[in-house]
Amino acid sequence: MSEEYSVEIVNPEKSFLSKNDVTEVVVPAFEGEIGILKDHISIISFLKPGIIKIFSKSGQESFYVNDGIIEFKDNNLSILTSLILNLKDIDKQKISEIQKSAEEELNKSDINDQEKYLLDQKLEVLKSIN
Amino acid sequence: MASLDDLKKRISSVKSTQKITKAMKMVAAAKLRRAQESAEKGRPYSDKMNNIILNLSNGISDIENAPKLLSGTGEDKVHLCVVMTSDRGLCGGFNTNIIKKAKQYFQKVLDEGKTLKIITVGTKGYDQLKRLYGDNIIERISFKDSKNVNYFDADKVGKIVIEKFEKKEFDVCAIFYNQFKNVITQIPQEQQIIPLKTSEKEENSSEDNYEFEPEEDEILSNLLPKNISTQIFKAMLENSASEQGSRMSAMDNATRNAGEMVDKLTIEYNRSRQAAITKELIEIISGAESL
Repeated sequence: MSEEYSVEIVNPEKSFLSKNDVTEVVVPAFEGEIGILKDHISIISFLKPGIIKIFSKSGQESFYVNDGIIEFKDNNLSILTSLILNLKDIDKQKISEIQKSAEEELNKSDINDQEKYLLDQKLEVLKSIN
Repeated sequence: MASLDDLKKRISSVKSTQKITKAMKMVAAAKLRRAQESAEKGRPYSDKMNNIILNLSNGISDIENAPKLLSGTGEDKVHLCVVMTSDRGLCGGFNTNIIKKAKQYFQKVLDEGKTLKIITVGTKGYDQLKRLYGDNIIERISFKDSKNVNYFDADKVGKIVIEKFEKKEFDVCAIFYNQFKNVITQIPQEQQIIPLKTSEKEENSSEDNYEFEPEEDEILSNLLPKNISTQIFKAMLENSASEQGSRMSAMDNATRNAGEMVDKLTIEYNRSRQAAITKELIEIISGAESL
């Protein structure tokens, strides 16, 4: 039996990526990374800023996401996100820009703990890829 | 009767107007194609979002503690209306139709003695509403500078709405926009986004048991604000497609009318030219006869 399932990544503007030969996807879920293999139980979760890794027959791909929701059902994984960047052709300048705005946000006094946690995460991830 | 020179001037002025409307029509047609494409591309996102929310809200057992964005504040006193219009004119009945629809709603709200608050998106809406409802407009937003409809603009509007909701400034929120059906038809829509109306509940009542991480409530409270932005984004996409469609048909009509006018004026011009010639001939002949 094949070990593959399909994944679709959509952002508000368009359908970003659609693949049906993936073997494993690792997503940065809110409470820690989740690796999803075929026949995983139906799950809904949301993402924190981080890296999505997609393993498929044709190789591995990584994407940076700002936030998002995932839904896995009947061997279909849908990832909804507002901002996604392919790490392969990433623009250093854009990363610095996001980093800068995140730092500014973090310096504001009126943010709550959850926002702070998310922003910290974001900066960490951005630093690691930059 | 106008002199020959005047007629000539009028013909050439109508002709140059026709050129402008024709060019605008073609620009609108090109933009329409793009707007339609992006409206179609944006659909999967909002559809999926809707689906997930439906699944989640079905899973919620405790209605009492459901997030306020879903269940509402339990009151119905202050209505917030987000009226989405275009930034540019010359697009037929596009803006007027939205405003008409919105005004009906405003009247209903005011008649029931409730408070009305308005946010206008796009300058044309503000222009048309400020005279009658100037005091009710609490915010005016315009994205004149952004070339294409993008999610971050929608997110800005969404954030404003949510911020106001959290400050308990309103109980019910509705958005007004034009739904794009085809080039000739755009349907003005009124959509309630807070509290969320889950109308298609039966259609998608999946029996699946989802695993949630973290808890349903937490996911929902994170997801609902995003859904608001998504709905607004969808409305903006529909609106921009409608705007271009409406402008295209309006400009098409204008071009045709200008053509008809040119024809009419040309006939008039030719007739009066002929009349002048005939008159001159008669004068010459009668002059010759009298000799």
